[in-house]
Amino acid sequence: MSALRSCANCAGRWRRVTRGSAEITAEPIFLRIVDVFGESMDCTKAAQRAGQAVRLVAKRAAPAAIVTSALMSGAAHAAREYNLQPPVTTIGEQIVDLHVYIMWISVVIFVGVFAVMFYSIFAHRKSKGHQAAQFHENTTVEVVWTIIPFLILVGMALPATRTILEMKDTTVPDLTIKVTGYQWKWGYDYIDQGFGFVSNLKTPYTQIYNQEPKGEHYLLEVDQPMVVPAGKRIRVLITAGDVIHSWWVPAFGVKQDAIPGFVRDAWFRVDKPGIYRGQCAELCGKEHGFMPVVVEVVSADQYAAWADAQKKKSTAAADDPAKVWDAKDLIARGEAVYTANCAACHQATGKGVSPAFPPLDGSKIATGPVAAHLDTVLNGVVKNGQATAMLPFKNTLSPTEIAAVVTYERNAWGNHVGDAVQPSQVVAAKQ
Amino acid sequence: MSSIPHDHATGHAVGHVVDHAVDRGHAHDEHAHHPGGIMRWITTTNHKDIGTLYLWFSFIMFLVGGCLALTIRTELFEPGLQIVDPEFFNSLTTLHGLVMIFLAIMPAAVGFANWQVPLMIGAPDMAFARMNNWSFWLLPFAATLLFTSFFVPGGAAAGGWTLYAPLSVQAGMGMDLTIFAIHIMGASSIMGSINIITTILNLRAPGMTMMKMPLFVWTWLITAYLLIAVMPVLAGAVTMLLTDRHFNTSFFNAAGGGDPVMFQHIFWFFGHPEVYIMIFPAFGIVSTIIPAFSRKPLFGYASMVYATSSIAILSFLVWAHHMFTVGMPAAGQLFFMYMTMLIAVPTGVKVFNWVATMWRGSMTFETPMLFAIGFIFLFTMGGFTGLVLAITPVDIALQDTYYVVAHFHYVLVAGSLFAFFGGIYYWLPKWCGRMYNETMGKWHFWLSMIFFNVTFFPMHFLGLAGMPRRVPDYATQFADWNLVASIGAFGFGLSQLLLLYNVVTCIRSGPPAPAKPWEGADTLEWTLPSPAPYHTFETPPVVQ
Repeated sequence: MSALRSCANCAGRWRRVTRGSAEITAEPIFLRIVDVFGESMDCTKAAQRAGQAVRLVAKRAAPAAIVTSALMSGAAHAAREYNLQPPVTTIGEQIVDLHVYIMWISVVIFVGVFAVMFYSIFAHRKSKGHQAAQFHENTTVEVVWTIIPFLILVGMALPATRTILEMKDTTVPDLTIKVTGYQWKWGYDYIDQGFGFVSNLKTPYTQIYNQEPKGEHYLLEVDQPMVVPAGKRIRVLITAGDVIHSWWVPAFGVKQDAIPGFVRDAWFRVDKPGIYRGQCAELCGKEHGFMPVVVEVVSADQYAAWADAQKKKSTAAADDPAKVWDAKDLIARGEAVYTANCAACHQATGKGVSPAFPPLDGSKIATGPVAAHLDTVLNGVVKNGQATAMLPFKNTLSPTEIAAVVTYERNAWGNHVGDAVQPSQVVAAKQ
Repeated sequence: MSSIPHDHATGHAVGHVVDHAVDRGHAHDEHAHHPGGIMRWITTTNHKDIGTLYLWFSFIMFLVGGCLALTIRTELFEPGLQIVDPEFFNSLTTLHGLVMIFLAIMPAAVGFANWQVPLMIGAPDMAFARMNNWSFWLLPFAATLLFTSFFVPGGAAAGGWTLYAPLSVQAGMGMDLTIFAIHIMGASSIMGSINIITTILNLRAPGMTMMKMPLFVWTWLITAYLLIAVMPVLAGAVTMLLTDRHFNTSFFNAAGGGDPVMFQHIFWFFGHPEVYIMIFPAFGIVSTIIPAFSRKPLFGYASMVYATSSIAILSFLVWAHHMFTVGMPAAGQLFFMYMTMLIAVPTGVKVFNWVATMWRGSMTFETPMLFAIGFIFLFTMGGFTGLVLAITPVDIALQDTYYVVAHFHYVLVAGSLFAFFGGIYYWLPKWCGRMYNETMGKWHFWLSMIFFNVTFFPMHFLGLAGMPRRVPDYATQFADWNLVASIGAFGFGLSQLLLLYNVVTCIRSGPPAPAKPWEGADTLEWTLPSPAPYHTFETPPVVQ
């Protein structure tokens, strides 16, 4: 283990040097070995040489070619990572320090114990004619190897205790943001400023299903990131609307489960502006792997400008529920709403995934009376007193959006009801 | 693993000779008492037959669970969705966990107990022979329920083996089948435990005091108590889930006054002792093998017993370390961190004792010894990553990542499973009266050792770098290590066929084994001829 660790450390140094180099898009596994044997070797050249070696091998042996080509394509977008992400908060730094500290103590003990064991394996073997001793206890030794580990553990627990207490202290925030986990997206509400939005995965399905090359931030990109000011103590109130999720940004050292019906909190302060990426960490169903967290840290001025724009936008975007829409516009708007909110379960084709996610194409509700259809979308489906995967949308979508998506569903695929549901009808149904 | 002497085609002669040698009075009428063919296995109340059934059943389940794992690793071979859709992927991870824990590792441990506990304490059979039959035969029904769930509307349970509410409340009827399967497996475990405890406490040979029992018997005694304590807790948790799902209760529903986190508390109150339920029998096997091949008594026998007992007690006080991210108060996090770290002390004592047993021994390295050494080496690594995870702030960074996946596979695969492999090679000559192929056994060890590490070591890197567990697809910076892990997984899986082949050829045509093939072995089973006769110790041996 120790050998691997130190090897990893060398490679770490190497990676930091080459990270900025645009030429090195592929970083095959052999490079680590190249690196360990010749750290002084020019890195770009090393990468090219290893790349040539890989290609050479790939040409000669078909099975190897499969492996290496997969390696190359896998590494094509981002550097391979093997250690905790560089921390940007004080808690994150303490976590990294604690990990390094515990790791080294463990490595030293591990090497010590197994040096003894392997010496014994080497020296005390029957084939060398070694005669077995017959001792089977020694109170002094046994007491010593009980007490010493205990003392080492005390030495580990002390710094950890300090970090825990600091972590849990969420008092005196400069800004409080409520984060809500939904299947399968994150909602951010800036409760002091009175605006909020939902943040969805931006990676297109074509990339996920390998129909086009994967982008730089594959699966870690959203349509609208959470934005916070740098250098401020941010408190996040975390909850969920359906099942348990977990809000996680590795670089912040923050991971907090989002529990439906309860509000938990966490805090962070990031001084360095930048974009930080994380993911939902608690299994939350089908699309668990597809609900990233992206936090953009900007300067205080930029944040003020952004928040101002958001407030204006949210007022402007608040569609006038009294407006009477054209069926064609409703359907166009509805398709966008459907893609963002409904397609994950009911599918873009409206065929659903039987039986958990029923089809809308030809369904009784989507082609029957408007009232029942509106009720399903507004209030969700409750079976035996329990919420089902069909959750209520009355609080997450505006009346206009609901009118649009319902109209779309009634007139898309094989459905041709021909009616247009107006936002005013949705408002009435919500009463 | 099969008890040969009663198979008339193969082991008849050998069986009779030893039967006569051991116990003339019963050599013949034993044949009159039990049916042959399939009915022998269905109606058997013999601890050796039932042990054999448990071991074959668990091996089949091990292969099935392994196929589930290989499907997972195929999907994760490279980024993007290729062969399964995300919901089915979640079913695979869920069922892989449930099958490996409840249908492979746990029944295998009970199989060892059935064969070895009576033989090692000089008892004629298990205390409750008919209940023993029932505890085994419940398992195939539980397995059938579990696998049927793949074919019901909504598919198999997909909320992870931990079945966290409210996700599991949302699931289809596959979840109900899983709940019933867990009930049945729990009943089987509880009956098995009562049987083992009663056997150990009441049927020991004269002179075998508690502190003279082989350590394997001790670790199983403690395991059985843990099982009786926690299986009902799990049954309670899943029953509450069932009533939340169908009868409008709100145990885990905040809107009805419940709490989703309560499920986790109850589950892990079962789940943490469960970890030790899976490792204690392995500790016992390793503590039997190491002295035998070091030709030296086990170092610190008494401290081994005390260490195992203290781990068992502490295991009830650490459950919330699985839940450091739910948002416990600081006092809760501190308490559970300190308690978890404390477990490192008795665990360390055990490792030191094993190494001290080897020290100045006269060692040979047959396959059982290789697996025992591999166990100590890799289990200790898993122990250290456990210590890393015990540190709450570090755990918050690593909770629900591949680091945790690496950690528990080091303690469960390289831990429990390697010890069980060692145990199979060690006792196979006694069970079937024939020797396995040593060269093939060594190949099995080295291939397992190498491919295990190729599979699971990179997962530490993945977890540290931030790859969450239970995802069917991942960001591209995780691609290389996933590729390596997938290759390793196939290597590891295929290596296990060597074990199957070795065991089958051993049973059918291995060279006859002497009564005591291992020079340094000193427990009671080696005083019996090989294969062990169908009925043994009808007159109890006297232990000095």
